[in-house]
Amino acid sequence: MTTVLRLIPLFPFVGFLVNVFLGRRLSKRVSGGIACLAMLASFLVGAISTWTLVQRPSDARVVDDTVFLWIASGDFQIPLTFRLDPLAALMVLVVTGVGFLIHLYSVSYMHEETDGEYARYFSYLNLFASFMLVLVLGANFLVMFVGWEGVGLCSYLLIGFWFKKRSAADAGKKAFVVNRIGDFAFIVGMLLAFREFGTLDFREIAFEAARLSPEVTFGLISLMTLLFFIGATGKSAQIPLYVWLPDAMEGPTPVSALIHAATMVTAGVYMIGRNAALFSLAPITMDVVAVIGTATALMAGTIGLVQNDIKRVLAYSTVSQLGYMFLAMGVGAFAGGIFHLYTHAFFKALLFLGSGAVIHALHGEQDIRNMGGLRRDLPITYWTFVIGALAIAGVPGLSGFFSKDEILYRTFAGGHTLLWTVGAITSLLTATYMFRLVFLTFHGERPESAGSTAHHGGSDHGHGGGHGPAHLHDAPPTMAVPLVLLAIGSVVAGYVGVPHALGGANRIEGFLEPSFHPVAVHAPAEAGVGGGHGETAAHGEESPDADAHGGASVELTLMGVSSLIALTGIGLASVFFLRRRELAQATAARLPAVYRTLLNKYYVDEVYDATVVHPIQRTSERVLWKTVDAGMIDGIVNGAGAFVRGSAALLRLSQTGSVRVYAASIFIGVLLVVGYYLVR
Amino acid sequence: MTPITPAHYLVLSAALFSIGLIGVLVRRNLIVIFMSIELMLNAVNINLVAFSQQWQHVVGQVFALFVVAVAAAEAAIGLGIILAFYRNKETVNVDEITLMRW
Amino acid sequence: MPTGYSANDLVLLLPEIVLTTGLLVVLVADLFTGRSRQHWLGWLTIGVLVATAVPIVALSGHATTAARGLLAVDGFGAFFKLLFVLAAAITVLISRQYLEVEQARPGEYYFLVLCATLGMMVMAAGIDLITLFIGLETMAVSFYVLTGFLRPNRRSNEAAIKYFVLGAFSLGILLYGMSLVYGLSGTTRLREVAVALATQSDSLALKLAVVLVAAGMAFKIAAVPFHMWAPDVYEGAPTPITAFLSVGSKAASFAMLLRLLLEGLPAMAPEWRGLFYVLAVLSMTVGNIAAITQGNVKRMLAYSSIAHAGYILIGIVTATPRGVTAMLVYLMIYAFMQMGAFGVLALLRRRDVVGDELKDLSGLFFRRPLAAFAMLVFMLSLGGIPPTAGFMGKFWLFSAAIEAGYVWLAVIGVLNSAISLYYYVRVVVFMWMREELESASVHPSPGVAVALTVAVAATIIIGVYPAPLFELAEASAKTLGMAPRVLSLR
Repeated sequence: MTTVLRLIPLFPFVGFLVNVFLGRRLSKRVSGGIACLAMLASFLVGAISTWTLVQRPSDARVVDDTVFLWIASGDFQIPLTFRLDPLAALMVLVVTGVGFLIHLYSVSYMHEETDGEYARYFSYLNLFASFMLVLVLGANFLVMFVGWEGVGLCSYLLIGFWFKKRSAADAGKKAFVVNRIGDFAFIVGMLLAFREFGTLDFREIAFEAARLSPEVTFGLISLMTLLFFIGATGKSAQIPLYVWLPDAMEGPTPVSALIHAATMVTAGVYMIGRNAALFSLAPITMDVVAVIGTATALMAGTIGLVQNDIKRVLAYSTVSQLGYMFLAMGVGAFAGGIFHLYTHAFFKALLFLGSGAVIHALHGEQDIRNMGGLRRDLPITYWTFVIGALAIAGVPGLSGFFSKDEILYRTFAGGHTLLWTVGAITSLLTATYMFRLVFLTFHGERPESAGSTAHHGGSDHGHGGGHGPAHLHDAPPTMAVPLVLLAIGSVVAGYVGVPHALGGANRIEGFLEPSFHPVAVHAPAEAGVGGGHGETAAHGEESPDADAHGGASVELTLMGVSSLIALTGIGLASVFFLRRRELAQATAARLPAVYRTLLNKYYVDEVYDATVVHPIQRTSERVLWKTVDAGMIDGIVNGAGAFVRGSAALLRLSQTGSVRVYAASIFIGVLLVVGYYLVR
Repeated sequence: MTPITPAHYLVLSAALFSIGLIGVLVRRNLIVIFMSIELMLNAVNINLVAFSQQWQHVVGQVFALFVVAVAAAEAAIGLGIILAFYRNKETVNVDEITLMRW
Repeated sequence: MPTGYSANDLVLLLPEIVLTTGLLVVLVADLFTGRSRQHWLGWLTIGVLVATAVPIVALSGHATTAARGLLAVDGFGAFFKLLFVLAAAITVLISRQYLEVEQARPGEYYFLVLCATLGMMVMAAGIDLITLFIGLETMAVSFYVLTGFLRPNRRSNEAAIKYFVLGAFSLGILLYGMSLVYGLSGTTRLREVAVALATQSDSLALKLAVVLVAAGMAFKIAAVPFHMWAPDVYEGAPTPITAFLSVGSKAASFAMLLRLLLEGLPAMAPEWRGLFYVLAVLSMTVGNIAAITQGNVKRMLAYSSIAHAGYILIGIVTATPRGVTAMLVYLMIYAFMQMGAFGVLALLRRRDVVGDELKDLSGLFFRRPLAAFAMLVFMLSLGGIPPTAGFMGKFWLFSAAIEAGYVWLAVIGVLNSAISLYYYVRVVVFMWMREELESASVHPSPGVAVALTVAVAATIIIGVYPAPLFELAEASAKTLGMAPRVLSLR
């Protein structure tokens, strides 16, 4: 059992190696098959491992697989260890399960690429899965960071997959630069943790942190967790670092589904969950997390309401749902946040794949204004898409309902009424923009002009084929099967977490809980110190029993409210976008400022442009000369680069090429130092 | 008559070193710059020999001999390099060495 | 102090003796080898280097001195000597193809590479001011010639002149500092210097001496503001020599600096710590920022090597055993990734294409996927992305800084490595995401292939499984004379 864990990331990695080195010589069938098989094998190993894990008593559900000692220096040892505990097990199943379905879907979706490109695509996808599994299974920060950087790398590669398209290459660079900021904070946080605790192992850190007295550690742990959170905002697209995710939609649609919806972007949430004990010791950070999460959820939800690109709506929806997860983390409802992560993976992957099927059928059309009436031609896509939309809207009985309700209830119960209110409003927005999407895409009639514009539209799908709108093909079997399976998942996935108030057992919470309190579980000997702390530390969180009795009626009320909100949202959407479309236009016309602000995403890109990018670019262009790669330098991505280039211009001026100036520089260097000693 | 103390040697050597240093900084002719560097090395030699006398042992003088030997080797190499440059460019002015910059 | 030489010295000095004999053999063999068979000289040189490595490894367990206390025979020296031999071997392997394109005669070239290696070995082993000085000059003079080796090439000429003039200038400064150290302590033996100076750390003359020595060495490691020669010289020198210069010369100078500071001047630790703190910050920042605007990859790597000198200086600032360990680890990793990157550039050199402009890399992935993959690994490693070796090295350096209480230094380092990724990834973008320029194919010779394979493998393996290197470096750092002493002075 213990040495099996390493197989989970290994399978996709082998798939990557095969496709990257032999890909050009393999047919599409073979390279796609290998990639899918690797994921399936990984999923099976993950499932078996999880099964054996579940057989154990709940306080012994931790399995370590130490591959070797990574760095050893005196007392400091960092092993390369994979660890399976309930939290990791859930993530492994999501990553490999949803990942497998998306691989399968890609087999058809990417079929029009050349053999070499096809293999390149699957090699990246497998490499991504491998790194993601390393991230999830890592038992210490260093292993996690390897995965963290690795998935980032694959993400840039896949966003820029169609690198011949300028916007795709730019989007890849934007994601790269924005993520650097987050990673910088993450590394500094990691180094601080290493210094403070002398270890990077998550369990040991939790244990050490609980042992330190609060007065000593308060500031430090707050700083550390804040740094980690900044890292999370980069990867998980939260304010202020969310700007890269909508642009990341330039990548192939299955990639958006896997990386930019179901798995990688949730890494930040997972990381906080993994360090729940540490974050619990830093109430300030927790508040920051909750507020940022809520603000992001609301902001992205409002933007999503007016976007016209089907994938962008889904992208903002992802940002918004991630905000929910952070809200959950911030109020201490770690299990709720992870639960939402898990259900979200199903329905958001489903929605993206559904949008991919639409785009595929329309040969690259992504603008929903040019769609309509597709429900007749694409029945499978339509019904699965509706299920996904119902799930994300939080309609009772589907998975999204249970997880979202859990988060909102916990927020309310923790006394964060304002956050709850904003969360509820966002919930209304979610239902509205999702069904706006459904109604505009699948209902009504397709505009006359649509057939011709499709060829010029922002082509996600590389091939602007010459088919007219007359004969649209629904998803072929390899695309339909994943859609149907994910739709089933979107319905039933929630039933592992039926709350006590509805007579359920909320099994998922009980299952995950030990992962969030490693101290209390793992160190019975020191229970007097460690366990006590762990208990008090779990701030804002009541034991499940308390919920069952005291909070049941409150919870039921809230549930009613949420259901009502979801249905209201759908109703609103049907009024505005199905029955009386002119109303939507009238509203937009009546509130032009609001509409334009939302349409332009609050002008955040423009603000970044105006405050950071342009001034520096202008200065540097004025001072600068010819550059070899003008293409590389412009665009918003290079804000950071442009800033540095400005200062570089000055530096270069000093590098005159004159020997005497160089000698003078040496001399002045010496003089300055000697002068410093003399004056001191 | 004031006796010559180590301090005198040090002042002499510091002066010589400064002359050499300034020569490197202000002269344009490569050969002159090279001679200025030799002045700096000779300042070092004066230091070494003076200290050697002060400490009453021979180590400093040995050091100085090595410096002289290495300076000779450097002179040979340096003149060779300057000559190769001169063949291509027909100048020994440092300010004309500007092919690579920025 | 032992009064004379003994037969034992011959054993302890075996690496140097073998190398000296070998380089003379190469020089003589050059005279008797016809033009058509010159490539055998390369393999002969590799043979000499392998023969040198054997006694180095055999003697690595010792902790003693040889030649009347002029040279140390210890793990620290052995670690660096192996590094030099390795770097020299890779240099020789990537040189042949390059020299053929440049139509330069390889015999003297290999001889000079071995001479430089000998100088480096003496620098790493010397524990006497005179020995260190001789080692430094042996290396420097060889590099002056090697830099200007392409005589018809004006860039090469100019690089040699700049390197020579500024190198001799900085040597004057260094020697003046050394003469002051000698004058104040009355000895040239580092360990005796340390004892003699322990009581007089407040003297202004001593501070001046430290500053001058530090400035002279900072020139060699190309730390800002003593760095300006580096970009020009790196750009002009033959690419394999640039690689050797940026790795071997730098590592040797760091070894010598560690010997000087930790064995000879530990009493002055507060002074040189502050000094190198500033130099480290300046080097990292200036190096990275200047690298961003470069369109010439060799020049970009020159600035990047200035930045790397800054990172490595962090180890000197901490002056803890862990900091020194991290330096050794990083220098070894740096050797592989930097030599590898230059190796790829040397591969691109063709008769009509210089091959070191960024645009020359366009579409390399489609032309030569393996070379592009190698470059990708080196760039990611230089930028510090896991799971490559560069990340492990940086992580250890920064954590050593944090452990020693230099949190800000580490933060600046992390920030800088985040900036640096920008220009490393730009290279990758050009290779992967640009249309290829023309399809003239470059065929790597077996030598280049071996060198690149070794470098890639090492960069990945050390990244994935760094423990053995860490252990080796830690054991080696422990043998450095005064390290514990400095620790106690903190």
